[in-house]
Amino acid sequence: MKKTLATAALTALMAAGPVMADLVFPSLSYRTGPYAAGGIPFADGYADYFTLLNERDGGIGGVKTKLLECETGYNTEKGVECYESTKGEGALVYQPLSTGITYQLIPKTTADDIPMHTMGYGRTSAANGDVFSHTFNYPGTYWNGASGAVNYLLEINDGDIKGKKIALVYHNSAYGKEPIRTLEELSKKHGFELSLLPVDHPGQEQKSQWLQIRREKPDNVLMWGWGVMNQVAIQEAANIRFPMENFIGIWWSGAEHDVMPAGAKANGYKALTFHNVGRDFPVFADMQKYVVDAGKAAGAGDQIGNVLYNRGMYAAMLAAEAAKTAQEIHGTKDITASMMRDGMEALSITEEKMASLGMPNFGPSFEVSCENHGGPGLVGVTQWDAENKTWSLISDFKATDMEVIGALIEADSTSYAKENNIASNCNK
Amino acid sequence: MPEQLVFAMEVFLNGLMAGVLYALVALGFVLIYKASGIFNFAQGVMALFAAMTLVGIQKGQVPFSHLINAVLGTHIHHFGWHVHSLLAILLTVGVMIFLAWAVQKFVFRHLVGQEPIILFMATIGLAYFLEGFADLMWGSEIKTLDVCLTANACLPQGINLAIDEATYNWFGYGFFIDNLDITATIVAIILVSALVIFSQYTKQGRAMRAVADDHQAALSVGISLNFIWVLVWSVAGFVALVAGIMWGAKSGVQFSLSLIALKALPVLMLGGFTSIPGAIVGGLIIGVGEKMFEFLIGPMVGGATENWFAYVLALVFLVFRPQGLFGEKIIERV
Repeated sequence: MKKTLATAALTALMAAGPVMADLVFPSLSYRTGPYAAGGIPFADGYADYFTLLNERDGGIGGVKTKLLECETGYNTEKGVECYESTKGEGALVYQPLSTGITYQLIPKTTADDIPMHTMGYGRTSAANGDVFSHTFNYPGTYWNGASGAVNYLLEINDGDIKGKKIALVYHNSAYGKEPIRTLEELSKKHGFELSLLPVDHPGQEQKSQWLQIRREKPDNVLMWGWGVMNQVAIQEAANIRFPMENFIGIWWSGAEHDVMPAGAKANGYKALTFHNVGRDFPVFADMQKYVVDAGKAAGAGDQIGNVLYNRGMYAAMLAAEAAKTAQEIHGTKDITASMMRDGMEALSITEEKMASLGMPNFGPSFEVSCENHGGPGLVGVTQWDAENKTWSLISDFKATDMEVIGALIEADSTSYAKENNIASNCNK
Repeated sequence: MPEQLVFAMEVFLNGLMAGVLYALVALGFVLIYKASGIFNFAQGVMALFAAMTLVGIQKGQVPFSHLINAVLGTHIHHFGWHVHSLLAILLTVGVMIFLAWAVQKFVFRHLVGQEPIILFMATIGLAYFLEGFADLMWGSEIKTLDVCLTANACLPQGINLAIDEATYNWFGYGFFIDNLDITATIVAIILVSALVIFSQYTKQGRAMRAVADDHQAALSVGISLNFIWVLVWSVAGFVALVAGIMWGAKSGVQFSLSLIALKALPVLMLGGFTSIPGAIVGGLIIGVGEKMFEFLIGPMVGGATENWFAYVLALVFLVFRPQGLFGEKIIERV
């Protein structure tokens, strides 16, 4: 009897104690439609990292994570619907994975006090945290990408690209046009000649652009492409025998599926990056053991080490580290979206931390602050080896021209703040 | 010869080649519209489905493997064999014939006598169904297309060196013509010739033309409408396979392939919905027109003019010939 009473009392005590809710991370993924080839590995990497944390560490700070996946099909309307249908579930941070969805969600997330992370895409000037309180785009933006490409060209040309011809082949959309202003400013600064070659969506037919490149013989071609535009551009570059080592894509134009259709001819093609590539990192052994071998992988487990899988995993790691920071700041394991925002604003990623997570040299070290939501904007360069079918990081993560980029961010964000009557976030 | 004129000649030739690729897509639309009055919105998706099936068969991929693995807890993805391109093409044609039969049996047979707009809506539904079905059957990753007769004789791509050299000797500037475009042109000529021979000199072809002219009259002389429609959808499926191979070789086989239908619409508007020569000539005019406009005017207006200019060109033609260049003039008497 005593034993029964004791058990009942213990049960009642446990029931009366604080209930730990799961830490909810929505994943606005696109596993169907024309862009699924890029969406699937990212979504798998994002999901698998949270599964790894649950299985290996028991979650974050002892609280299990819960992934809420919602299919957007890379469609802005569906993305907004996904946001509206999941925000009430205790969502801590959104990764919209689309510049179009990002633009729609900036005012909504701010009003709902939920942070949004647009890593390497979205509205570049959101790096100004004083204006965009709930949007974060660390560790790099498109403008960092543009500057990173120019810096790399400066580096391989002994610091002088005056008089060089650089062509930008870009998706004729808000996304594709993002680097133009930065490149124009850098063109004035370094004296290179910039030519702009827009490609209409979806980019299946690019003969005119590549005939023009063949006629004008630029020294380098930069590409801001997405989806089928990438594969066609690389194939057309190979067709006109443009030297692949002089062809550099933004990070959304540098995955395995972008280069594979061109086969051996894509050898030497380069792409910018803000994280490392390949699977030579200790974290992947854990991923194999706790996630893939346990039959808990989001996909077939065959994407590990692919560029976009790594990017998805990296995004999840940054979200998890921000959640840990939020738990530390607020002294509670059971954080809210508002606390998560504080954690993101105080995020510090060091090489020691990355190494302890099994990801040494996986990405740059950086710190986020109230004023700077974009991080330091360090950019690396990768190159495709067609024979071994691997990407390799061929440069360190290097600083970009913040003198030029900072001024552009300031101008654009100030204008946004005026239009929307936004008060300072950092000097409240 | 002035440099700009030489460049214009190169652009013109490339426009012709691009036009052939557009015409290949437009042909499928024409065949079905001519025989059944249905504007087949699913033609682009049929090209995607055919190309995915071809690659899947070639590479020994297990269809519906994700579904099978999810249900049975297995990890099967490939049979472990590789099928020769020609055999894979034949098997894919078989799949497209089966698809034609299924479409007829389960969709259009039940819609006989319905308004054209209902039939059009049905093809929209078919397009979405087929896209999802292809995803489920073969997966959504980008597939590399290698159509080869032998290990060393694959679908050629890249600059044609003979043309490059010859034009360099004549004009001092070597023209770029893609070997894939030349192949597509040869294939298109063979395909159109085969279609003409089939429709003019075979019993089934004549029956197809009879159905195209007048359904009821054809029915009254004992022609099976069901058979002819299955035949027409099968031929359109074969044309979709050819278009899928040519476009898929450029970009890899991926879901964007279904969007090539957008390139066929101005061709159909210009050439007419009922004429095979119209599809070819329309394709060539659109191809040359958009490329020349981009070359001459594009730089003045910021480029990326091809998509919209193709439609402007088609609309200008429509002002003068509403039925298209080769379309039948419909006169309805009260």
